[in-house]
Amino acid sequence: MNLTVTMIAQAITFFVFIFFCKKFVWPPLVKAIESRQKEIADGLAAAERGKQELQQAAKRTEEIMLEARQRATELLTQADKRAAEIVEEAKTVAKNEGERLIAGAKAEINQEVLSAKETLRAQVATLAVAGAEKILRREVDAKTHADLLRAVQAEL
Amino acid sequence: MAAEQELTSTQYIGHHLTNRTVSLADGPFWTLNIDTVLTAAMLGVIGFGFLWWVVRGATAGVPNKRQAFVELLFDFVDGQVKGIFHGDRSLVSPLALTVFVWVLLMNAMDFIPVDLAALFTEHVLHQHVWKPVPTSDVNTTFALALSVWGLMLFYNVKVKGIGGWTHELFCTPFGSNILLMPLNFLFNLVEYISKPLSHALRLYGNIYAGEIIFMLLWMWAATGLVGSLFGGVLALGWAIFHILIVGLQAYIFMMLTIVYMSMAHESH
Repeated sequence: MNLTVTMIAQAITFFVFIFFCKKFVWPPLVKAIESRQKEIADGLAAAERGKQELQQAAKRTEEIMLEARQRATELLTQADKRAAEIVEEAKTVAKNEGERLIAGAKAEINQEVLSAKETLRAQVATLAVAGAEKILRREVDAKTHADLLRAVQAEL
Repeated sequence: MAAEQELTSTQYIGHHLTNRTVSLADGPFWTLNIDTVLTAAMLGVIGFGFLWWVVRGATAGVPNKRQAFVELLFDFVDGQVKGIFHGDRSLVSPLALTVFVWVLLMNAMDFIPVDLAALFTEHVLHQHVWKPVPTSDVNTTFALALSVWGLMLFYNVKVKGIGGWTHELFCTPFGSNILLMPLNFLFNLVEYISKPLSHALRLYGNIYAGEIIFMLLWMWAATGLVGSLFGGVLALGWAIFHILIVGLQAYIFMMLTIVYMSMAHESH
């Protein structure tokens, strides 16, 4: 075992291999590994983001549902109220209308009564005059007692 | 190797632990262990070629099994670096990966039974001697350890500056008292010398010793039926245990590399 020029040859070979390794072997694979690591990290981050977004979306859905439910309840309440109002209004209108009709009917009846009275009065007067005429045919001069007759007629 | 009659155990072991050398110039220093260099380079090309092939088709989407395996390896290495080294990992992580993969593959050559490997090198490559495990050659481990050591010195100066590093050499670990400076320097000197020594020799020793134990078992296996049986069973046991050593030594070598680089980047 003696150290010879072999050592120098081996050292040169060693440096050639170091250079080759450093230049051609190490960088491409490390680059590939690092880019894969980055890809995986990105993927995990994206998944995390997606999960968060899903959670947010679920939360928003919940909120929207709640709001819609509230709105529906509100609408129902309003509709109920409105219906009650309409019914109430209709009732009022109908009552008014009925009262009006009743009032009209009453007025008409009064009218009828009045006109019937008038007619009756006129007829009674005529009858009375006719009766009186028959009685007084001979003794009462229609012309002379016209004023009297008219006064009687008016009193009836 | 039927051609070799009357092989002694010393010859057998010596034969398998001898490097195929080429002399580049005069002097013992200029002998190149061509088997070490070529096997190591081939293993590196196979290992890093495989990684490159997988990485070229890498997708950021769903990875296939091949890519997942490589990503596991990268993640393991990068995780170790991340735990120790705080700063820009663009050099240290590839460095640690290179060390781990290469040392692991070189150590793993130990699993090939030496005589099987010799069959290939003898009859296909026509090489009589060929040591198949590059990390059982001290040149390889020292080449790696000293390269890391050099990088460590370089980054010490680069990160802390000459002044900062010199200050650290003289003022740590005992404090900046003028009387303590020689002691500090001595301490650091020992540390800087022992770092590459322990780094290189730990790996070398483990793999070399593992190989010798294999060879002893193979020798026993050559002594008849009972020897074959027991030698084979023990070699299987040793091989299974050796899986741990091969992986562990590659891991330790990588960890020390990371630690040394981390120490170079951290100022006290």
